[in-house]
This record gives sequence, structure tokens and C-alpha cells, in this order.
Amino acid sequence: MTIAQHNPAVHLTRRYWFSASHRLHQPVLAEAQNRELYGKCNNPGGHGHNYHVELTVAGPVNPRTGMVVHLGELDEFVQTRVLEPFHESYLNAQPQFQNVVPTTENLCLEIYRIVKEGWRQLPSAQQATLERVRLEETTSNFFEYRGDSAGTALSPSLM
Amino acid sequence: MIYLTRRAEFSASHYYHSPAFSPEENRRLFGKCNNPHGHGHNYVLEVTVRGPIDARSGMVVDLKQLKEVLRQEVIEVLDHRFLNEEVPAFHHLIPTTENLAVEIWRMLEPKLQFCELHRVRLYETPDLYVDYFGMQPTASTGAAGKQEKELTAGR
Repeated sequence: MTIAQHNPAVHLTRRYWFSASHRLHQPVLAEAQNRELYGKCNNPGGHGHNYHVELTVAGPVNPRTGMVVHLGELDEFVQTRVLEPFHESYLNAQPQFQNVVPTTENLCLEIYRIVKEGWRQLPSAQQATLERVRLEETTSNFFEYRGDSAGTALSPSLM
Repeated sequence: MIYLTRRAEFSASHYYHSPAFSPEENRRLFGKCNNPHGHGHNYVLEVTVRGPIDARSGMVVDLKQLKEVLRQEVIEVLDHRFLNEEVPAFHHLIPTTENLAVEIWRMLEPKLQFCELHRVRLYETPDLYVDYFGMQPTASTGAAGKQEKELTAGR
């Protein structure tokens, strides 16, 4: 009896990081309201973070490779699609954030969308799914998205 | 229901190689991990058990007992070992972190009769870890899950 015969499902989590700056500002609100809502995060010059992003891939262990996803493949994909575009960038200048405030919540949703959309570029992970994106803004603040319907609308509408 | 997690560490070496592939395929698929002399990691294992809080002790599990099972069933078997050659389960199974997490579940689960194993989390490095929750009984795998349970118990 080997593990391979049963193909147990595991969750594999890989951790990456990038640095970026942002400014939290909602154009439909008055300047005073922005300052009240976002505080220091509304400072006009923006500010930066070292973001840590974790991707969790869930799926069966391939009996031939012993893997749920080929790590080299995943690393290259994340490097190209997520880290390169965002690293050392001003998030507000990114096309996705022209009408969306680049809070870490919205950035977490955006990374989930990017990874989900490009999933076909991961041939080794076609039996697996994206289980979770976790995005850490600081060691004290982090956000997780698992793709439930409640968070799918990336729209500029306010609370 | 409350969840308790105990952490333990062990160091071991391994290499990735499948006899199902040619030497070239092995090198292409596994890269540096295919180096036959192997390489090592400081693995960090987190074992999560769950259950109700015992009204008299205020505990979900006797920590000393859990620590002893971890030491005897996992750490003693894996610590400072060359996994491919010294751990029988990996004579015919590639010791990826995925397979190692599943194997640790199998080593522990039958010995944890005094509590319920919820999750095995195994860090290969701080940037890479695998979670295993046992065979999940779903509509399509329910029968396999039951069979797995019986086989594990019989080992």
C-alpha cells in the first residue's frame, strides 16, 4: 500500500514578497472625508510596505512526481504575473487601481484574480485549485481571500 | 471544540528521484533536488489536535502525552536521517514535503487515540509548507476515505 494509490489531497502554501507604495484616497469623497477615513494613509505623497503574499494550492499529490504543483513552475508564474508587475511600483498608478482604492483588501482580491485567470499556465496544477491568497501588509495586518462570492466585486462603490 | 497546536523540529536530508522517469527527465523535473547526494532541511512540524475542553483538567489534551507521541513516533524516526534510504516508507515513494506530511499523519494518527488529529502542517522552509487534513470524506471519495482509515489502523 503506497500513498500514491490513494492520491491524498494536500494544501501547499508558498510565500513570496514584494515592495510597493500606495495612497488610500477615494475621489468621490471630499478631501476632509478622505483624511478622516484613511488618516495617515491619505497623505498625498503615499507610503510603502513590504507585502508578503502566500498562495495556497489544494489538490491531490501526483503519484509520479510526489507533488501537488511543480514549485519551479509556480515560482516562475508568480514572478512574472504578480511580483514583477507590482514590485517597487506605485499601486495607484497600476491600471487595476484607476477606479479602485488600493487597500490591501482590494490588492488581495486582485492577486487572487490574476492567479485564477492564469491558472492554465500551470500545467502541473491542472488537478489542483487555488485555495487561498493571503496578503500581509505588515506583521500585524493581513487579509485572506478564498474566492467566495461575497468578495468578487472589485468596484469603486463605497460602503 | 477547541484546537491545540504543538510544534516540533527535525532535520533530515532527501533527494527527489523517480524510477518511472529517465535520468534526463528526473533532472528536468526535479532540478537541483535530483542531486543524488541529497540535501537537507530543518523541518518544522505543527500538529493540531481538536476536541472539547475537559471540564476537570481545563485541557483539550495532555500535552506531555502528545509531546511524547510526537517524539517517539515522528522525531525519533525522521530526525537526522536520510529519508530516501533510512525511512522505509520512502523506499518506493518520493520524499517530497507533500508525501512527508501525509506520511507523518499516518505515523501519528493511530497513536493519538486520546485526542483527534486535525491537521499536520510541515514547513520545509519558512516560505514553503504543506497542510494535510487526512483523507477528506466527500461524496466521490467517501469510500476511499473509509478504506484508508481501515488500512491505516491496521498498519
